[in-house]
Amino acid sequence: MNKVIRIFTWDSAVAPLVAIVLGLLFGALVMLVGGYNPIAAYSALFSRIFGNWYDFGEAVREITPLILTGLSVAFAFRTGLFNIGAEGQFIMGMTGATFIGVKLTGLPWIVHAPLAVLAGALLAGLWGGIAGYLKAKRGVNEVITTIMLNWIALFLSNYIVNRFLLQPGQQRSYMIQDSASMSIGWLSELLDNARVHWGTLVAILAAVVFYIILWKTRQGYELRAVGHNVHAAQYAGMNVNRSIVKAMFISGIFAGLAGVFEVLGVFHYQVVAAASPGYGFDGVAVALLGANNPLGIVLGASLFGGLTYGSAGMSFGADVPPEIIRIVIGSVIFFVATQGIVKWVLIPFYGKRKKEGAL
Amino acid sequence: MEALTILGQLFNTTLVFSTALIFAALGGIFSERSGIVNIGIEGLMVSGAFASAVGSYYAEQADLGALSPWIGLVTAAVFALLFSLIHAVATITFKADQVISGVVINFLAAGVTVYLVKILFEGAGQTETLNEVFSKWAIPGLAKIPLLGYGLFTAYPTTFLALILVAVSWYVLFKTPFGLRLRSVGEHPSAADTVGIKVKRIRYIAVMISGALAGMGGATITLTTTSNFSHNTISGQGFIAMAAMIFGKWHPAGALGAAVFFGMAQALNNFLQLFDFSKHIPQEFLYMLPYVLTILVLAGAVGRAKAPSALGEPYDPGKR
Repeated sequence: MNKVIRIFTWDSAVAPLVAIVLGLLFGALVMLVGGYNPIAAYSALFSRIFGNWYDFGEAVREITPLILTGLSVAFAFRTGLFNIGAEGQFIMGMTGATFIGVKLTGLPWIVHAPLAVLAGALLAGLWGGIAGYLKAKRGVNEVITTIMLNWIALFLSNYIVNRFLLQPGQQRSYMIQDSASMSIGWLSELLDNARVHWGTLVAILAAVVFYIILWKTRQGYELRAVGHNVHAAQYAGMNVNRSIVKAMFISGIFAGLAGVFEVLGVFHYQVVAAASPGYGFDGVAVALLGANNPLGIVLGASLFGGLTYGSAGMSFGADVPPEIIRIVIGSVIFFVATQGIVKWVLIPFYGKRKKEGAL
Repeated sequence: MEALTILGQLFNTTLVFSTALIFAALGGIFSERSGIVNIGIEGLMVSGAFASAVGSYYAEQADLGALSPWIGLVTAAVFALLFSLIHAVATITFKADQVISGVVINFLAAGVTVYLVKILFEGAGQTETLNEVFSKWAIPGLAKIPLLGYGLFTAYPTTFLALILVAVSWYVLFKTPFGLRLRSVGEHPSAADTVGIKVKRIRYIAVMISGALAGMGGATITLTTTSNFSHNTISGQGFIAMAAMIFGKWHPAGALGAAVFFGMAQALNNFLQLFDFSKHIPQEFLYMLPYVLTILVLAGAVGRAKAPSALGEPYDPGKR
């Protein structure tokens, strides 16, 4: 019996690892078919991530927003909602932070920076809340509204930047005041000017908060209950409609924080964009990679962000199109989702234990 | 008369914008009516848009002339059908989470197509621009009707094909035994299994039809609007098509209406820019218009849409 338990726990850690290996192998296969050298490509990829302090810091910068958008999508998933709108909430987060960061002057850092964070987070929360409200009160499918709100957010933020914040002659806003910056100057210097910022710490904290809200509070219990079974939750006297709005609001805050720190910590301005940056959609992949579990999301975002950042090294170092990394990430998620295939691959290693029910 | 001409033009542009959405939304309906969520519509459209660009390009090189866009269209259907098999195998055979698998489709399509473009076209970021693309047909006779003629009966052949496919899809889904089986599998797979319907086989077929239709939807964008394929050829149209499917309550006629609505909203923003008063409206608000209208209409009029009951659940014969 113990043996069975051991296999099960070993299994839950090993399946994702095998999925990652299979994904990398599949990517190698695709490279071979395309006439590229996978070993050169992967070593270029890893040396790009871990090669020097600058790149390591920049890889962390790439990972940070993915943790937050991943948490955003996962939070909604946990409450039975599909938030494709992390993208739009991300943009609203950027816009709120830029507005406060540029317009307010003469404030000390300790007031200005948190205020800018708060403004972005709240705006994004409200943006998510709109979809929640429409779902709760009008029965409109949140998948549609969040998709539409993504586009509206894109154009609305472009309007706000163009109308109120535009630096003359540029396709971007003024720089934010130094007092709103969330960059970590001394650490950046240590890392050869990699754009590291407090958002990374906030992202980790957000993962902890995610856990506490959902598993350690009464409200979180309600949110999860609604996610499991709306009817049962309602029968038990929970206010389902309020839960939906609340869940989308919190989900929006997570995504918004990602956008906030891209402005306050990384770029210090907001561009007039023709298309969405894509962190919100990648957040869906991260949430799935991390099985909607906060620790899983941090790890999933690290994998996703690390590979994405390293892929630029592949095109410089080994002349391999960086798009290959999308294929690798896609197939890793595929193998995570189809545990059946992974277990089938593992059969030879399990041998006779199959009959004990481990497979 | 001036105003009427402009109105005719509005209808005409509406149909251009709607066509791809109609194809893709129909695709979504087949899959979801059989109980398989298809978030991957976007990726299937991307793969179709890519395959049509490549197919027509090689057809052009082989001197097939006006036939080449048709070859592109067929290539797109076949390629996207094969692509959708990934979704089918993952969700039906391996009972993977359907949303995850759909996201995978989107990821793989974005990666694979651009990767292949770089291999096939020596490192370029987009395919060669096509010389032979679809041109508009005027239906003899009908196109001569004043106003309506230009608005409704002068369109790309793909638009007519899309409209025909709406009728065909409706007939197949609601008037044939196959359609009844497909819907029953989406509503109550174990009951369907009890009466001898092959649940998995039907779902496989449904997902494959879905892939072919979405692929053709992507192809129409390449073959009528952009004339080549790059990473941003589709840029979210698949998600709009999904919205059209839900908005149309998983019914071909409803999806047609919704797709035309989205198409018109997009056309309207081009159209308003012709007028003087639009100079006083910031351009961003014109761009926003289709999406705001959609939300308002959904919130105001349509009410709750009912998805197929077994949507999203893998069929497991041993489960009660």
